[in-house]
Amino acid sequence: MKNYFTLKQLVGVACFLFGIFVAVPLVINATGRWDFYYTLTSVALLAIASAGVWLTFYIGRINIGQGAFALIGAYVSAILVTKFGVSFWLALPLAGVFAAVVSILIGLPILRLRGVYFAMITLVLTQVVTLTALALPITNGAKGISSIPLPQSLSLFGITIIPDFSTMANTKLAFYLTACIVMVLCFAAMYRIVNSRLGHLCRSLQQNEELAASIGVNTAYLRIVVFAISSFLGGIGGALFGSIAQSVYPTSFQVADSINFMLNCFLGGLGYVFGPMLGTLVLYFGWDLLFEFGKYQMLVYSSLLIILILFLPNGLLSIRFKNSKDARK
Amino acid sequence: MEQMIANGLYLGAQYAMIALGLTLIFALMNVLNFAHGQMYVIGGFVTYTFYGQLGLPFIVALLASCVTLAVLGALIEHFLFRPIIKRSSREESTMLLAAGVAFLLDAIILLVFGEKQRGVPKIINGVLNYDFRLIMPYDRILIFVLAILSIVTFISFMQFSKTGRALRALAQDRVAAQLMGVNVDRYSMIGFALGAMLAGLVGGLLVTITGINLGMGGPTSIKAFMMVMIGGAGVISGAIAGGFILGMMEAVGLALLFEYGDITYLLIFISLMIFLAIRPQGLMGKPWG
Repeated sequence: MKNYFTLKQLVGVACFLFGIFVAVPLVINATGRWDFYYTLTSVALLAIASAGVWLTFYIGRINIGQGAFALIGAYVSAILVTKFGVSFWLALPLAGVFAAVVSILIGLPILRLRGVYFAMITLVLTQVVTLTALALPITNGAKGISSIPLPQSLSLFGITIIPDFSTMANTKLAFYLTACIVMVLCFAAMYRIVNSRLGHLCRSLQQNEELAASIGVNTAYLRIVVFAISSFLGGIGGALFGSIAQSVYPTSFQVADSINFMLNCFLGGLGYVFGPMLGTLVLYFGWDLLFEFGKYQMLVYSSLLIILILFLPNGLLSIRFKNSKDARK
Repeated sequence: MEQMIANGLYLGAQYAMIALGLTLIFALMNVLNFAHGQMYVIGGFVTYTFYGQLGLPFIVALLASCVTLAVLGALIEHFLFRPIIKRSSREESTMLLAAGVAFLLDAIILLVFGEKQRGVPKIINGVLNYDFRLIMPYDRILIFVLAILSIVTFISFMQFSKTGRALRALAQDRVAAQLMGVNVDRYSMIGFALGAMLAGLVGGLLVTITGINLGMGGPTSIKAFMMVMIGGAGVISGAIAGGFILGMMEAVGLALLFEYGDITYLLIFISLMIFLAIRPQGLMGKPWG
């Protein structure tokens, strides 16, 4: 794989890693804006979930149901940690796996749908999961699950890899670093998927499903796999979010959140792996920064959003890639 | 039992009108209008302002709702959707725009009308009581009749007027319609305005019964999506069928399962998913919309 990376890409990745792991904590330390940690952690987690949505876009399906899987992930990890005393670091992947299994069961029938039909049914799915969380006894109804303990220490062969979060002086920083590491891992995996055989097959699906099927691509299997990966990411993002907020409610992830996940992908640009990350950053930070406008916050935010869509209908990252894209046309 | 059927029909008539507007916009422009619920809320607030606050006759207030929404719909189509559809390389961009418009309308509603629940005085008092088996307030019956009348008017407009014919042609095949001399831009705008107007009309009708508040937009949109999915996207008869089916299911479910709270909606959602797994294009839709 080494040969496939250009020097420019490697430098870019190094700069990015340096930025999020060294520069951001330094800047926050210097300015004393500790609240930014929470914002940036949220951005990282939402970016993970948005990455999942982006992957379903990659096979040509508009997914507005990521909130459902994020909520499933949040509940699974919360229940495992509070009711069964499972360590958070084990509950986190289990939450992702559970979300993926659910998505396979749901995906089998609904992935046959296309276009708006798929979009609408996934939107409905978010509502279903919220209502299920309200109705089931184990999720504790509308009261939700609160006071989830902080992640415990993780040790392997007697060596402590991750210390106990509750003994740490600065849990915000710890959560920030955790979220960033998970995000980097997820996006690295995404990059790998997109540039693998699976990625090529996905692109063939995006362009023409019948044609892909006719030359021997197992479209049904591929759709399920991609949807499961997407939901796995959603579950991971949701589980981490629940542990940071230390509580989960049926309203933690709603239809509006599902729509936001979709907007993040669109805004960043559907053609680029790192689109969802940028889209989440801009949307979430934009919303936070516009807090100054008070009651006009929503108005300014939505107007800016519409203006962005009007002038950059193919996403933010399309500015940078404009030349190469024109050349291809 | 009679009560359930009556409630179902009453709910269904309203739902059908909401779904009609959504499906019309979808059929004409292939836009999934996320802002439909917000348009409904604006319609309700306009009627509230004219009828509840200024004391004008109810019919005038309803007309004001229709006109406001029609103008709003036309403006949104002309200045937002048309340029996007022409310029974007992906048709999904319209969905993003629709979500943006939904946020914008929410913000406008919040600034202009506030966040309080608003209601208006009853149009007519009294309750129809048929042997205690069927109890229905008169104003609900009036709203039901008005809703049915509007649906009939809408269908005959689409069926027999020149504009309606042009809109149907556009929904069937955009390019062919253009070749036959239909002014596509103009009729897209008229269609969008008409869809928005229907949403406003329902909002105006329902404000007399359920009142209106800011938070009603999103859930209304989701219900409208469900009806459209049941009936088939972009098909007028499907939207009406979907509306009545959902209304009936809700009325029956709420009557039988009221002890369990939200379980009715959960069951409706699950049965919808099973139904769509068997028949992805809905009752009357074209395959793959």
